[in-house]
Amino acid sequence: MAERVEIVRKILDSNDRLAINNQKRLDNHQIFGVNMMASPGAGKTSFILETIKRLPADVKLGVIEGDTAPVTIDSDKIIQAGMPAVQINTGGDCHLDAVMVEMALDQLPLEALDLVIIENVGNLICPAAFKLGTHANVLIASIPEGDDKPYKYTNIYRNLDVLIINKTDLLPYIDFRLGYFKAGVEALNPGLITFPVSCKTGEGIEAWINWLNTKLGERKA
Amino acid sequence: MHELKVTEDILRIANEEGEACQAKRVTDIYLTIGKLSSVVDDSVQFYWDYISQGTICEGAILHFNRPPALLRCRQCGEIITLKDELAPCSECHSFDLEVISGDEMQVDQIEIEKD
Ligand SMILES: Nc1nc2c(ncn2[C@@H]2O[C@H](COP(=O)(O)OP(=O)(O)OP(=O)(O)O)[C@@H](O)[C@H]2O)c(=O)[nH]1
Ligand SMILES: [Mg+2]
Ligand SMILES: [Zn+2]
Repeated sequence: MAERVEIVRKILDSNDRLAINNQKRLDNHQIFGVNMMASPGAGKTSFILETIKRLPADVKLGVIEGDTAPVTIDSDKIIQAGMPAVQINTGGDCHLDAVMVEMALDQLPLEALDLVIIENVGNLICPAAFKLGTHANVLIASIPEGDDKPYKYTNIYRNLDVLIINKTDLLPYIDFRLGYFKAGVEALNPGLITFPVSCKTGEGIEAWINWLNTKLGERKA
Repeated sequence: MHELKVTEDILRIANEEGEACQAKRVTDIYLTIGKLSSVVDDSVQFYWDYISQGTICEGAILHFNRPPALLRCRQCGEIITLKDELAPCSECHSFDLEVISGDEMQVDQIEIEKD
């Protein structure tokens, strides 16, 4: 006898629930969490290093570095810059998920931190589907990737809180129509907070630091 | 993308629910996966055939319902179906649109045999 059973259960719900736990954990320590996404080589690590240079001295940052391969290249750079960092090797997976972040949080000195930045795996599709428990989704787009990316990777742009446009020092050398790019972004995420920056010259990074400081202030208030 | 994880979760849910009703076999699984969740049906099916082996779900048929995404215009309230990714509101031509559905992923129903 066949029988139809009504269930209605969400797929990947366990990730969402773990993400909520991660966020509670950050909240308990009054930590502001940032999920930093981008394609490979857009400048995620460079941007985190530039951020470290300019953070107020009393702000303590911890970094979680996600990579698909068992290397510690990125986390070594952060540690060299004087901040605690944990490297996650996803074993080939194309994104970080809430479980991986939970394990990485275990290895960070949360009592001492104000800010946690998670460098997601370089990818514009999959990271958008997995909540981590952070407070802000940040995407780093970069000039050499081309101006059509918002039109091709719509999902990630829809779910952003902040957009960084990196490598603006390369604008004179690359055919990148800033207006076309911005029109695509505006159609997907009207009014999105955007910071054009260059990690090479340092231009524009101060505006991002100001935004971050405001968010950090709100946490402590 | 991450179809393996999605498929593993479908199997976990279907096995749990099937066992909870003392099913001998789960024959059909009805899924709703919104068009905005970039999941490819064929890959789910591909993984499914492997990972369901040896469970009460082995051989179960996956039925995919892929509803389109709906957008609501923040200017005039019109609700439009997402076709062309970047089309404006059909009423007032504003781009000020918010996604109201289309990224859902759920197991709706299973069909089971008890003996
Ligand atoms: N010209 C220029 N080069 C930059 C800028 N930012 C980063 N780069 C260079 O871009 C390359 C990649 O930078 P990373 O910071 O390693 O990029 P990433 O996104 O962390 O890369 P993965 O972690 O491998 O995905 C390096 O050679 C950087 O020196 C910039 O603003 N201008
Ligand atoms: Mg990096
Ligand atoms: Zn309208």
